[in-house]
Amino acid sequence: MEYAILFLPLLGSIIGYLGKSATKYFSEIITSFLVSISAVLSLIVFWNGFHNDIYGNYKIFEWISSGDFTANWSINIDPLSSVMLVVVTFISALVHIYSIGYMSHDPHKPRFMSYLSLFTFSMLALVVSDNFLQLFFGWEGVGLCSYLLIGFWYKKETANDAAIKAFIVNRIGDFGLAIAIFLIFFFFGTINFDEVFNITEQYAEKKLIFFGFELNLITLICVFLFIGAMGKSAQFLLHTWLPDAMEGPTPVSALIHAATMVTAGVFLVVRCSPMFEYSQVALNLVTIVGMITAIFAASVALVQNDIKKIVAYSTCSQLGYMFFAAGVGAYHVAMFHLFTHAFFKALLFLGAGSVIHAFKDEQDIRRMGGVRKRLPFTYFYMLIGTLALTGFPLLSGFFSKDAIIEFAYLKNSHIGNYAATIGIFTAFLTSIYSWRLFFKTFHGSYNNTKISLNDTHESPLTMLIPLFFLGLGAVFSGYFFKNTFIGHHSVDFWQASIFFLNEIKHEAIPIWFLLITPVLVSIAIPISYYLYILNPKILDDFKKTNSPLYNFLLNKWYIDELYEKLFVEPSKKIGSFFWKNGDIGVIDKFGPNGISKLVKMISNKTGRLQTGFIYDYAFVMLLGLSILLTYLILK
Amino acid sequence: MNFPILSTLIFLPLLSSLFIFLSRDKKNNNSIYISLFSSIATFLLSLFLWYSLDNNSAEFQFVEEKSWINNYIKFKLGVDGISILFIVLTTFITPICIISCINSIKTRVKEFLIAILILETFMIGVFCSLDLVIFYLFFEAGLIPMFLIIGVWGGPRRVYSAFKFFLFTLLGSVLMLVAIIVIYWLTGTTDITEIYKIKIPKDYQNILWLAFLSSFAVKMPMWPVHTWLPDAHVEAPTAGSVILAAILLKMAGYGFLRFSIPMFPIASEYFTPLIYSLSIIAIIYTSLVALMQDDMKKLIAYSSVAHMGYVTLGIFTLTKQGIEGSIYQMISHGLISAALFLCVGVVYDRLHSRMISSYGGLVSYLPKYSFLFIVFALAALGLPGTSGFLGEFLVLTGAFQKSYLAAMLATFGVVLGAAYMLWLTKRVIFGTINNVEIKNLSDVNKSEIIMLATLAFFVIFFGFYPLPLMETFSVSVNSLIDNYQIALISN
Repeated sequence: MEYAILFLPLLGSIIGYLGKSATKYFSEIITSFLVSISAVLSLIVFWNGFHNDIYGNYKIFEWISSGDFTANWSINIDPLSSVMLVVVTFISALVHIYSIGYMSHDPHKPRFMSYLSLFTFSMLALVVSDNFLQLFFGWEGVGLCSYLLIGFWYKKETANDAAIKAFIVNRIGDFGLAIAIFLIFFFFGTINFDEVFNITEQYAEKKLIFFGFELNLITLICVFLFIGAMGKSAQFLLHTWLPDAMEGPTPVSALIHAATMVTAGVFLVVRCSPMFEYSQVALNLVTIVGMITAIFAASVALVQNDIKKIVAYSTCSQLGYMFFAAGVGAYHVAMFHLFTHAFFKALLFLGAGSVIHAFKDEQDIRRMGGVRKRLPFTYFYMLIGTLALTGFPLLSGFFSKDAIIEFAYLKNSHIGNYAATIGIFTAFLTSIYSWRLFFKTFHGSYNNTKISLNDTHESPLTMLIPLFFLGLGAVFSGYFFKNTFIGHHSVDFWQASIFFLNEIKHEAIPIWFLLITPVLVSIAIPISYYLYILNPKILDDFKKTNSPLYNFLLNKWYIDELYEKLFVEPSKKIGSFFWKNGDIGVIDKFGPNGISKLVKMISNKTGRLQTGFIYDYAFVMLLGLSILLTYLILK
Repeated sequence: MNFPILSTLIFLPLLSSLFIFLSRDKKNNNSIYISLFSSIATFLLSLFLWYSLDNNSAEFQFVEEKSWINNYIKFKLGVDGISILFIVLTTFITPICIISCINSIKTRVKEFLIAILILETFMIGVFCSLDLVIFYLFFEAGLIPMFLIIGVWGGPRRVYSAFKFFLFTLLGSVLMLVAIIVIYWLTGTTDITEIYKIKIPKDYQNILWLAFLSSFAVKMPMWPVHTWLPDAHVEAPTAGSVILAAILLKMAGYGFLRFSIPMFPIASEYFTPLIYSLSIIAIIYTSLVALMQDDMKKLIAYSSVAHMGYVTLGIFTLTKQGIEGSIYQMISHGLISAALFLCVGVVYDRLHSRMISSYGGLVSYLPKYSFLFIVFALAALGLPGTSGFLGEFLVLTGAFQKSYLAAMLATFGVVLGAAYMLWLTKRVIFGTINNVEIKNLSDVNKSEIIMLATLAFFVIFFGFYPLPLMETFSVSVNSLIDNYQIALISN
């Protein structure tokens, strides 16, 4: 069964690709069907683990063996991976079904479905790995699928650029992950999770000299692991690829860039909790980066106009939440938010896709509005998604996000308090931008000039049914799983898969603190309705008077421009310089070309000596004779 | 076993080239069939050799020994776990080259095939020789057919390229010849199994090591003597590029493993920092240069230099992972670079341009070709699940145990590798169509798909299941490292 979960999506991908011309809808049906089976099986595995405590490690075959450097292809089922299995296969199955409707007009949909299944396989390989190398395989595998899917519409120049950018920025993260793996292998002599984590404690105090600095080994490893996580989870400084990745088709954004792949970084940190727990420095770094990302992305989301980019920045911001939860040591809460976030963010993306579909590929929210009656179901699901995202009481986001803020507060340290404060403020911003998106899309006046209001249409059933299931998840996943994930049963549930050195005690929290977030979040609804629908003038004036601030946010803090100037252009210049001046200018000039020129020159000169005239030779002979004579006489 | 299997392997291609030479054939079909048949027979024979090789022994096997010149120089052959894989790689790539001639070589096909087969003889000879003189002869003799392949069937600047290639390689090898004479003078033998036992005096090691380096560095090629490679590749016909990238470049890496390290262990240790520096420069420098190329073949040639940087880095880490990674990287690069040059050859045969700007949007009209191209591009940038990943990753694991700085810089090269490969893919395969002629191009034909699909299969297969290769050389590598360490301790 475990094998089937992993390999059915791969099988689907291959059959779907090869059999693309078999019959109409062949690829769509086969891929969706196989991934759905995989989802059902994952639920069974999850249930078996949760109820009957059946976990295990299933070896597929040996991958690599070079001295001590050994790794297996394996399927490791533990509480952590079983949760990820459910999230990945469940969302993936829904996205597959949704794509049948969404991509129905695209001539390349078999290829699309095949990529989606391939992605699912890679992601599963990542989460069920029992060693760092297979994790790295999945890690880059999902990166590849993300690359292929972002660049799916290959004729679009922007899509191609976004795809390359995603891959390369991720590679920078992978660089960190690779270095972490080298460090682990060098010092621990193994890359198997269990073996590494079992001996971590012995190395807790180990120092090493790293470029002249004496550093703690565990800290160093964790920092490099985290660089990897930052790349994949689009954390501040390595986040630039995520908004651009919205060039891909919307189902891709929902599956890869919201629910699953981007959470791989969080998963990695949680998976390595037995190491992070021994390094307060690394944990603080995780918290700080998480905090910055949360607030940075929320601030940028406030002013964006592309519906998908807003949701993308929102994802970035929510990932920040997950990281600072992990950073304060509340790994289980981070996983809980990952779990609920997968549902409501996939719902929001697919809902946004449904809106875009209705507007015939319009993504700018300034050219939408007033369609709530035309798209009743989409409207309803987007409403649920928005409520869940903002953390409106009793929906899923409420349980997980508030838990993060509470745990940050309970941490009772400086950094924890900062995190809690930023968390609350970001929750407020989240609420503002989410409702802005919601109101501007569905309320107010109809602003599109290209198609008339009557031509907008509700999406087909294949798109609405997945939305229904995600809606269920967005509403109920928080309430139902709260106890299991973070409540009283959480220790029994997670067992050894999450490690706490100093567990945060769940003490009583002052009631005023508990109320801040829900109150702020609720207040934000009327505020944004007023600002964006009833009286947009206030904001227009504000924009005009504060244009530097507005432009700063609109241009995403100018980070892309900075990177272009700092890294991209210099690389090209240096490359040209090395080629033109290094290879051609120096090596060839003084090397082969120089030598051959020199030889030619010398032979020309010496050739001139052979004039063929007897008097020349006679003269030289005479000259030589006289020099010899002079020498003999003087001696 | 008394049957001289290695000699048979070496001289089978030579014999069939003689056969082609004598055959009268106006349409060239016969010569293609003969050469294909004989090269496949050679391949099968080498597979049999691999199969019968005992993996658990580091000794040379199937040793053949004949007196050659007055008993001073012996014709001695033998294989171990390391060389066998290079032999199989050679015999595997040769039939593919011959198939590629069907489409790309239009003039003097017969002579071209003769050159390829003679080259195969020399290449197998290099990997079998257990005597320095024999090795030197095969090593250098390989230059001649390659020189002709570039100089006769090459592009417009073929003469310049051929001479540059010849100049560079010959210059290095003259020093190696002197070194071989010195070794003979010191030890009284050129049989390398004997030399392994007799320790070369410490004072001589450094200078001899440098002499060997001068030859291997050019062949590898290492920075800064790499500039012949892009030119040679650009002008060489497809089959020539394939052999050059897939096999000729591997001779030097093999040379380091077979000669430099076991014969001069002390010097090898002494010069390790030099090799690290040159390797790192090769990786970063040529990756950046590759980024800016506008000629597809040049880009791939520069990427080869970068990939070979990993090989030299890995070999001189003298760690299990580093050396195994290097060998793996060489085999895998043999498959991947061969495939990439074949890919360029496919479109070159149709459009007669190697410029990246002539292409773009190929995926709409050549979907099968594009699929294969992307597979190889991803393998070249070291995606896990392809053979390209394991070699690099093992090398870096090994390097990290010796030098953080070297390993980190080399790991950064992986990021650059992704940049130039993906950018190439974007400009050639994706995007809009700039060139109207692309609409008339036909997708890969049967012979092309056979070559490329076979290579793609092995690139992916060895990415997931490398054990058949790793088990072959594991014991030999262990003994190499052990002997090296014993030599250092006894010093």
